[in-house]
Amino acid sequence: MAIKIGVVTFPGSLDDHDALRAVRLSGAEAVSLWHASDSLDEVDAIILPGGFSYGDYLRCGAIARFSPVMSSVIDAANAGMPVLGICNGFQVLCESHLLPGAMIRNESRHFICRDQRLRVESSDTAWTGDFAVGDEITIVLKNGEGNYQADSETLKRIEDNGQVVFRYLDNPNGSINDIAGITNERGNVVGLMPHPEHNVEELTSPSLDGVKFFSSVHRFLAGVGV
Amino acid sequence: MARIVVDVMPKPEILDPQGKAVTGALQRLGHQGLTVRQGKRFEIEVDGEVTDERLDEVRQAAETVLANTVIEQFDVRVEEA
Repeated sequence: MAIKIGVVTFPGSLDDHDALRAVRLSGAEAVSLWHASDSLDEVDAIILPGGFSYGDYLRCGAIARFSPVMSSVIDAANAGMPVLGICNGFQVLCESHLLPGAMIRNESRHFICRDQRLRVESSDTAWTGDFAVGDEITIVLKNGEGNYQADSETLKRIEDNGQVVFRYLDNPNGSINDIAGITNERGNVVGLMPHPEHNVEELTSPSLDGVKFFSSVHRFLAGVGV
Repeated sequence: MARIVVDVMPKPEILDPQGKAVTGALQRLGHQGLTVRQGKRFEIEVDGEVTDERLDEVRQAAETVLANTVIEQFDVRVEEA
């Protein structure tokens, strides 16, 4: 039976359908999840997509964090379910304290949209097992508030624990230590600002480097017997 | 009707790109020597008296919702009518 990967739609989500399509292309069953319901519909993994949930009011991801679906997502993540937060989804994960740190406005104050080169720093997560450490990949980046910040104590902890998963090769936004993506201690929750769901098809992508995010979670779930 | 004001500011050690932009604009208009940091002000109308319990409740709301204490600090005060 195919694995089921859920994609949450919040008011203001933009990339939920691209994420659902990327899930289908990977061979998994794509399941739409709705912000106002606390049901996860028996999915095996969850993606929080990009966009501007709740209009980015208050802070990016701050209001989404208190939606009914997130209480279920937080419980599932704490129980070990793979969760991937992309762009706004990464911001929601930080606001939910599933991942440490926070995002502020880009140092340049510009919205940045480009093909971004990254270095893979950890293959020891549910979403990056098919990469090798040191792989250099290109993934679409598009955001105005992608400047990752954490206090020095938190930064030392995530660096020492190997929780930095991706680094920018040419830091576009001022993120501390060139951090583009991180994971939790357990490795099941990953958040990154670039958009792997946009890099899964030759027709529209300059690279297919997003494919391995999805193949990785397939392999991870097969390993834990789903 | 009583009012509680919550001021939220980026922590001093956190870069404030918006404040930098405003500082730059002021300089271009000839205002030298003014450095701006930009925050948010929440005005909360409270039904009835502002008791210590109410203030604590607002502090709790500020801590969990109004501010992200990873990057921001906040101040809660009662505004006299």
